[in-house]
Amino acid sequence: MPQEHYIAIMSEPIEVPTMAGLMAKGESPEILFWVGCAGSFDDRARKITKAIVRILHKAGLSYAVLGTEEMCSGDPAKRAGNEFLFQMQAMQNIQVMNGYNVKKIVTGCPHCFNTIKNEYPELGGSYEVVHHTQLINDLLRSGKIRVAGGSFKGKKITFHDPCYLGRGNDEYEAPREVLQKLDAGLVEMKRCRAKGLCCGAGGAQMFKEAEKGNKEVNIERTEDALEVKPDIIATGCPFCNTMMTDGIKNFGKEKETEVFDVAELIAQAGEL
Amino acid sequence: MDYLSQIIFGVVFLAALSFFIYNVRRIRNNIRLGKNINRSDHKKERWRVMFRVALGQSKMKARPLAGFLHLIVYVGFLVVNIELLEIVVDGLSGSERSLGHWLMRWNLGPVYDFLIATFEIFALLVLVACVLFLLRRNVAKIRRFHLSEMTRWPKSDANLILIFEIVLMAAFLLMDAADYSLYANSNGADAPGMYPVSALLHPLFAGSDVFTLQTISHVCWWIHIVGIFVFLNYIPFSKHFHIILAFPNTFFSNLWPKGRFTNMENVKKEVELMFDPNADPYATPAPAEEGTEPGSFGAKDVTDLTWKQLLDAYTCTECGRCSSECPANLTGKLLSPRKIMMDTRDRLEEVGRNKRKNGANHDDGKSLLHHHITKEELWACTSCNACTQACPVNIDPLSIIVDLRRYLVMEESQAPPELTVMFNNIENNGAPWAFPQADRFKWAEDD
Repeated sequence: MPQEHYIAIMSEPIEVPTMAGLMAKGESPEILFWVGCAGSFDDRARKITKAIVRILHKAGLSYAVLGTEEMCSGDPAKRAGNEFLFQMQAMQNIQVMNGYNVKKIVTGCPHCFNTIKNEYPELGGSYEVVHHTQLINDLLRSGKIRVAGGSFKGKKITFHDPCYLGRGNDEYEAPREVLQKLDAGLVEMKRCRAKGLCCGAGGAQMFKEAEKGNKEVNIERTEDALEVKPDIIATGCPFCNTMMTDGIKNFGKEKETEVFDVAELIAQAGEL
Repeated sequence: MDYLSQIIFGVVFLAALSFFIYNVRRIRNNIRLGKNINRSDHKKERWRVMFRVALGQSKMKARPLAGFLHLIVYVGFLVVNIELLEIVVDGLSGSERSLGHWLMRWNLGPVYDFLIATFEIFALLVLVACVLFLLRRNVAKIRRFHLSEMTRWPKSDANLILIFEIVLMAAFLLMDAADYSLYANSNGADAPGMYPVSALLHPLFAGSDVFTLQTISHVCWWIHIVGIFVFLNYIPFSKHFHIILAFPNTFFSNLWPKGRFTNMENVKKEVELMFDPNADPYATPAPAEEGTEPGSFGAKDVTDLTWKQLLDAYTCTECGRCSSECPANLTGKLLSPRKIMMDTRDRLEEVGRNKRKNGANHDDGKSLLHHHITKEELWACTSCNACTQACPVNIDPLSIIVDLRRYLVMEESQAPPELTVMFNNIENNGAPWAFPQADRFKWAEDD
């Protein structure tokens, strides 16, 4: 019997359902929560994962995760030019997801989001894929979750557009609409939306040293952010989160400016 | 005009057209060296993109000043070239302002007044805009005009184009001014046209006699029209070819979300075979279809790219908006998306020349990858799509970067060592890091 999977929601622990577990009970959830590698293994990103789970739970959605059956979507392999490895990953994931008759997927990673949404269909995996900021926006609009917003009053938040959510898939407004519910001041960096500057992690850069240059990309981007003197830099991507957090540390501004995922802010504001 | 000048005009006109058509065909043949890709779907959407992006210049306004000046030159170019019609008719028939006289005969003099006045105003605006562009390029320190790929020729090319346009517009205005002075001197009430800019220039010619004015008018007429013919034939050798290719290039744009990369068909076949439980692992591969080459994975040279990627290369006008938004370029890395396009075009020209000289199968032992574009450039890309977003004519440097990376990785095993580690991790434990698959759900245990 594998260990059961609970995370704490306020004081009450909540079980995180798996596709396999639900199938054993003859149930099939409406939404698959695709956690992604960063969300599964990276200490910082795990907190984002939990925030998303709290939101899904609070909204009373029928969801499940793949647990140990999930594998890398193949995004970093594909961007690095290893199409074989990408398609191998994709085919395995598609077999698993089609086996569970998955229809709709939400994910906290714009790279997984883009890959599964745009590149899996040709390989036999067609699903409705949404980014977690899009789902959260829908949940807020329909009143399935509510935020108090009080704790963020007077705070200055700036949103860093993940490339694969923004330019990659033309979604600029959902995360901003969500942030506006926080009752905080939303300020834009000089480079934002379609002109937003990359954090430096995409295209498999996360897994290698940067080429020789005169600056790291995340430093350049952190400067953009610090220019507007935010209390919080909000992101929608675990890799952007790492890069911006490192950038803030580099400038020794951890006390003034914190980096959070949109999901974490909503989980905090909703007291989830 | 006598018959001699008519004959000279006719010969120059035909020669200019023929040489232009010859060079356009040369470029078309080069583009056809690319691999096939289907971009004829969703015709309605394609027309819409072309009207919006090329004709409507929707992406130029991202930089308001340059965008506005460009709009003036673009509209001016289209408008003033209507006058070409009259010039060609005059040149061939030996008449003067044939359109004007013809319109007056039908009591449509005001139409000609309006046309000439519009031409004159636009000619002046274009001239001013081009002078400002020259100053921007050569005096103002704008980073994208001075990146390392902007060597002598690309810089001269840009300046030449602007000087050409200034000379053409100046000749046009001087011709009009001389004509206007002639009409004014002879109190010619029946003179065709309205000349708002020439009227301002009139004092310049106050003391000139009829002969001088006629000479100025004729000389400027010839400078203007021969200049246009020379310019027309300069364009296929210049970055300025974008004035034509911007239209087909936006029509054949990638209509998918920018984040989507293509799934390679030849890889798909192999992977499907691996996943097919009924496939015989010891079977001899099916014989290749007639006429198909054993394809390689990814692109090593321009002939491995698609015709759309090659069309992109010829469409590029080296404005550098891509590179000025590229995170790698902004932080001092070697990568410049504009250089990727310039290299692709230059290499394609080289390959085309080789094939014409030495036969279709000639191999000069060089390739786009390594000889023009280095690994260091390719590995600096974050695939963020800032370049494709910035391009005013929907060029896609990222797809070329990825195709070259594919060749590096799948044919030459030349990924940086850290990426090879990442590949191995994904292959062995389903994640880019060395964590066991069994630990994937541990995030939900530790609370």
